[in-house]
Amino acid sequence: MAFQEKKLPADAPLADKALNWIDPRFPLSATWKAHVSEYYAPKNFNFWYAFGSLALLVLVIQIVTGIFLVMHYKPDANLAFASVEYIMRDVPWGWLVRYMHSTGASAFFIVVYLHMLRGLLYGSYRKPRELVWLFGVAIFLCLMGEAFFGYLLPWGQMSYWGAQVIVNLFGAIPFIGPDLSLWIRGDYVVSDATLNRFFSFHVIAIPLILIGLVVAHIVALHEVGSNNPDGIEIKEKTDDKGIPLDGIPFHPYYTVHDVMAAAVFLIVFSAVVFFGPEMGGYFLEYNNFIPADPLKTPPHIAPVWYFTPFYSILRATTSDFMYWLMAGVAAYVALIFVRSKLRGTTKMVAGIIGLVVIVGMLVFDAKFWGVVLMGVSVMILALLPWLDSAPAKSIRYRPNWHKYIYLLFGIAFLVLGYLGTLPPTDGRTLVAQVCTFIYFGFFLLMPWWSRSGTFKPVPERVTYHPH
Amino acid sequence: MKSLKKLIAALALLPVLALASEGGFPLDRAPDHTRDIAALQHGAKLFVNYCLNCHSASSMRYNRLRDIGLSEEQIKNNLLFTSDKVGALMTSAMSPEDGKKWFGTAPPDLSVIARAKASEAGSGPDYLYTYLRSFYKDDTRPTGWNNLVYPSVAMPHALWELQGVRAAKFVEQKDPHEEGKTEHKFAGFEQIKPGKMSNLEYDAAVADLVSYMTWMAEPAQETRQRLGVWVLLFLFLFLFLAWRLNASYWREVK
Repeated sequence: MAFQEKKLPADAPLADKALNWIDPRFPLSATWKAHVSEYYAPKNFNFWYAFGSLALLVLVIQIVTGIFLVMHYKPDANLAFASVEYIMRDVPWGWLVRYMHSTGASAFFIVVYLHMLRGLLYGSYRKPRELVWLFGVAIFLCLMGEAFFGYLLPWGQMSYWGAQVIVNLFGAIPFIGPDLSLWIRGDYVVSDATLNRFFSFHVIAIPLILIGLVVAHIVALHEVGSNNPDGIEIKEKTDDKGIPLDGIPFHPYYTVHDVMAAAVFLIVFSAVVFFGPEMGGYFLEYNNFIPADPLKTPPHIAPVWYFTPFYSILRATTSDFMYWLMAGVAAYVALIFVRSKLRGTTKMVAGIIGLVVIVGMLVFDAKFWGVVLMGVSVMILALLPWLDSAPAKSIRYRPNWHKYIYLLFGIAFLVLGYLGTLPPTDGRTLVAQVCTFIYFGFFLLMPWWSRSGTFKPVPERVTYHPH
Repeated sequence: MKSLKKLIAALALLPVLALASEGGFPLDRAPDHTRDIAALQHGAKLFVNYCLNCHSASSMRYNRLRDIGLSEEQIKNNLLFTSDKVGALMTSAMSPEDGKKWFGTAPPDLSVIARAKASEAGSGPDYLYTYLRSFYKDDTRPTGWNNLVYPSVAMPHALWELQGVRAAKFVEQKDPHEEGKTEHKFAGFEQIKPGKMSNLEYDAAVADLVSYMTWMAEPAQETRQRLGVWVLLFLFLFLFLAWRLNASYWREVK
């Protein structure tokens, strides 16, 4: 097709002329329409649907405040701690930018955890949104990396020893472990070399990937369309123009919604930034106001709160617990053989994998398996679309007792998180072990529990009550 | 179904059971004088006279003391011992190397110590307030001093001429938790030599000093809170407008 430019009257507004010049050269209007003004979202969204755009808002806050922090921060083991205090005192508004960034880190996880919970409740990961979910899991992994690398930068005691503990975990991997952790640190202990590479990852590598993944997440979502609290595909009922009957343009209807949500979020966010930026030691750990000292190990090293559920699973994996885990694996393989409709060869593969895992558990020590379980506890999220076989997507039309299973899972997750902030005792470890079983049981038994019970009829159209 | 509910209830209660109290000397609550300009100035004077000989506060500039109502002239004439520039950082005359040689460990930097010392036992100011009032004479220590909050601390009692010299009385009593064991329990101080201040005066002076250190750990904190009120007021107004805007669009959605 030949290049075509529409003819506008000479007295047309300047903005129209500009757009008329741009559009044949770049799909500006088309992109705006496809993703904003003519993207039809279900009209029955509730407050749970605000956390996606809030996550985007926090991402912007983190990037903008991060840019200003990098202007004054020094990624040097001798200067880093003092440069943060310099930002807090001598840089005009530095304290505000720094508190926004440190509070933003925790806010990011709160918003993302709620965003993920929304997906869990309404089955937003189910077909055809598997890729939306997988991009989301990748974003979550990046976020964890971003938070981990960033936490070293203030170079306080917790920064230092937290990084030391986590990098040492890689040392538990058989054969390559010690060399691997040495390679990650770039030194025999966490040092200036480690600080420099973590700085590089934190400000360049991970943010680049993160932004790319966010774009992919949204593009994939807009390709298949948004899910909704009823778990109904609105694209199945359209008018003669192909517009979903239960759809509504994202702009202005959801932009005004999200602006309101942003206002509520910013009120909570500002309350923390201005009146309690340490958040009782959870957002800024007290020990991190002591400069890093490689010769003084703090008596209690706890990761920041958003990592503690997974850290708890790691710590729960003691050598006594290994026998329970082996029994769990054996029981799971038996369950697959007896109660699944998988093909014989698939069952055999599952049996062999189970056997290898059990032998591995006898051969390698508990520390290694703790690391494996911690990794699997995050990665297992990626399997959700294929584990869930409920006939209804949304929790609204599932059997009532499913709600208690979600509640049990949620409580186990929170208890794990809480225990991860405390030093371990025998009693706490036992509780964490019970919760670890609940956590993995929720996912691994999902193919069975998710399809049992009496489901409620799913309506044809979404439930919507005019405001 | 019933057992599932019971399990959920039991799990919800667990964190409470998991909480166990940690040992350690109980901390007194520090009086908060951080909004009292005269107290902060008094604290600054004590800090510069007694703490800065060995410790640094290397993130803190002398001229920041203008924020607590001192003029550059006053700072120069009364407080500037370790430097001749009013914009200089509060670094100690004693080098960390000398500190290590003389006391066995380099005295920690005090810029943010009031934030660093917070724990489950109490806030950072609580810790400092109790610590600075818990020194006692102990001839078994190289410095001749010991401390109840931080046993075997390397730091001598820098404020002893104000508080005087005190000894600590201990009693051996049966351990209530473990039979056949005795515990070494603190049973009060005994004033051996009076100081320049009475006990009450000393407590008030330490409260001022700790308030100063609390202010110094985050000089922007008052600005932060004052600004926060306006930010929140603005955001509530913004929320109201956003709420009305949202309602006016959604009214037409049937």
